Formats: sequence, C-alpha cells, structure tokens
Amino acid sequence: MSAPAKPAPLTNEEKRWRLVEVVMRRYGFSGDALIEALHAVQETYGFIDEESMRKVAVALNLPLSKVYGVATFYHFFHLKPKGRHTCVVCMGTACYIKGADAIMQKLAAEFGIKDGETTPDDHLSVMTARCVGSCGLAPAIVLDQQVLGHIGPDQIVQHIKELES
Amino acid sequence: MTPATTAKVITLTIDDREVGAREDQTILQIARENGIRIPTLCFLEGLSPAGACRLCLVEIIGTGRVLPACTTYAAEGMKVRTTSEALEAHRRTVLELLFAEGNHVCAVCVSNGNCELQDLATKLGVDHITLPYLNPVHAVDASHPRFILDPNRCVLCARCVRVCDEIEGAHTWDIMGRGIDARIIADLNQPWGEAASCTSCGKCVQVCPTGALVEKGRAVAEMKKRHALPQLITRNKEHAS
Repeated sequence: MSAPAKPAPLTNEEKRWRLVEVVMRRYGFSGDALIEALHAVQETYGFIDEESMRKVAVALNLPLSKVYGVATFYHFFHLKPKGRHTCVVCMGTACYIKGADAIMQKLAAEFGIKDGETTPDDHLSVMTARCVGSCGLAPAIVLDQQVLGHIGPDQIVQHIKELES
Repeated sequence: MTPATTAKVITLTIDDREVGAREDQTILQIARENGIRIPTLCFLEGLSPAGACRLCLVEIIGTGRVLPACTTYAAEGMKVRTTSEALEAHRRTVLELLFAEGNHVCAVCVSNGNCELQDLATKLGVDHITLPYLNPVHAVDASHPRFILDPNRCVLCARCVRVCDEIEGAHTWDIMGRGIDARIIADLNQPWGEAASCTSCGKCVQVCPTGALVEKGRAVAEMKKRHALPQLITRNKEHAS
C-alpha cells in the first residue's frame, strides 16, 4: 500500500495569509479584533486590498461594509500599494506653523504627487500625519521610519533624491 | 404583562417642569413621554440611538455643557433645558451645515414635501444658508433594480446603516471615510446592485429622512415614506417592556 500523499507545499500566498491568520487566532477570531487583523494585513502585504478585506470579513464574521468602513476611517490604513519609500509630512500645529504647507507644495512641484499619492514609478509615497509627537523638531517629516527635524523643503527633496531606488 | 424593572425611579426637571422617569431612560424618551418636543433627525424610534445629527442637543444646567438628548441618560436632580436662544442658533447652524455640505435642491427632489430635513428647516426657521455651499460632486447609484441611492441628498444620519444591521440583519450599508469625505457605501464600496448582502427589503429606503434613498420611478415630490415600519414598532415595544 502506498503511503498517503503528502499535502502540497504551501504557496507563498498561503504562507503570507497564515501570518494574518495567526493574529486573528490570537484574538479568538473575535470581530472586536478587526483593527488588529487589518494591521496584520497591512504589515504582511504593505496595503489592504479587496481580496484581503473579504477574507478578513469571512474569518471574523463581520459585514463587508463594516470592514471597508473601518479600513477607510483610519488614515494609517492604505487601500493602494505604497511606493518603495514613504515620506510622512507632519501637519501638527507646530509643524504647520513652521511651514509644513510649503513642504507639501515643494513635494508636489518636485515629484508631482499630493497627500496619499505615489509616483508612477512606485519610488515615493507622500503622506501626512496629524502629529508625529516631535513638535520640538518642527517642521518634521518621517522618511522611511526615520524622523528628520528642523528641515526645509529643499533639504527634504535632496534627502529623497539620495535614497536608492 | 410588564416584567418588573430594576431601574431606579428618579425625578428631574425638564424646562422647569418636574418629571418622573426611570434612570435607564434617555432625556429624549422622557421628554417625549411628557409631551416636550425636541427636534431630531438621526433618531428613529425602534433603532439604536446614534447621536450623529446633533439636533437634539439640550443644555444640562450646572454643567455648562450641551449634550444630545437621544444618547444622554437621565440622572436624579438633573436640570435640562430643551430650548434657548443659544440652542436654537446651534440647531439652525447644524441644519445650515447639512445643507451646505450636500446638494439639497428641494425643487427637483422626489422627496419634496415629504422630507425630514426640509420639515426641520421650516420648523426651525432656516430660510437661507449663510455658509458657503461646498457643491460636492457625487455620482448617483441607480444600479439596484428597485431603488436609487443619491449621495447628494444624504445627511449621514446612518438610519439606513442601523435598520439594515439591527432589523434586517444584512448590514449591507455602512459609512466609509471620515469627516467631509464620509459616505454611505454598500458592501466593499460597490454599486448597490452588485452588493451580494443586500436582500432588497427596502427598509433603508423607508427610514431615510431625505431623498437619498428612494424607490425608482418616482417623480418630483412623489416619494412618500413609511418611517414607522411594523418591525420598528414591535422592537420598540419589546425594548420598552
């Protein structure tokens, strides 16, 4: 008698989804853990696509519209893929007074993208935050998880151009 | 048979009138029981209160705060004022904001004459809008075979969301985004006709206070709605007992 067939190895996609499932299981597939599940999706895939939202809704037994509503309510969640580099411009009061608006204008002029947009070559995404908690460094930006303070529009453009593609 | 309630009986003052109530009642419920009118828009008997429209704001004397009557529970010795110059001005501003942020053109609306927003504006004396109109651009969704969603006339009261979730149990509707970008969506922001969870029961259309959700084939001022759905009345009775 032949041994039972080995289960097919997991595809990369299945492995990735397992990472999300681990988080959902930790919270007992409770609907209250929707935000944690969406965080897990974004961490694993870089953004939240429709397919993932459907799968999360089924797994947590939640209505589709609720999942979509929560995913769009929080600025942190992205429904479109981000670029390889991200530049978060702080729009908090201190940074705003110190010229965050001028930074946004400069970025728009230089790279042709506004808040929440990504360059066509997927190089850079520009986002805004209400406050990154570094008011003493105003105006501050967060370039690829690194906070840069006391920084002018021209310096920022220079920093971004120095990033490898 | 009314089961015994464990809620404490309290006394409070609404508009200088002493009224008795249970402590598990909201100010709005107590006011209505005692014939005191408080304007509401998002509130609908039989649905959970949302506190979204801020039209039922009342003054709680001594706290210096205004709170929505539909979600605020009564307390012993509370002194409530339901009308004052400040409250009236406040309510008019709320209505003006609703008019300014949508495209509410009564003259061409199927709900003209049967619209709660229109009625409130008439009652509260909003005869012109002092705020600049935003004139947003919203596409009308007529993909459903029987109904139409016109976001231009939506006031985001979330009655449709609640009736779909709490009564029909489908939860096809929800609100996406936040602030000025908030919108009513079906399933994953799909055309209504493609939303698989919709049962086409039409309750959302009946409870919608404006012409945002309407039946197809209605001409101007022809859309009359039945806000008092039997399911809502039954549920309300169960809730009260």
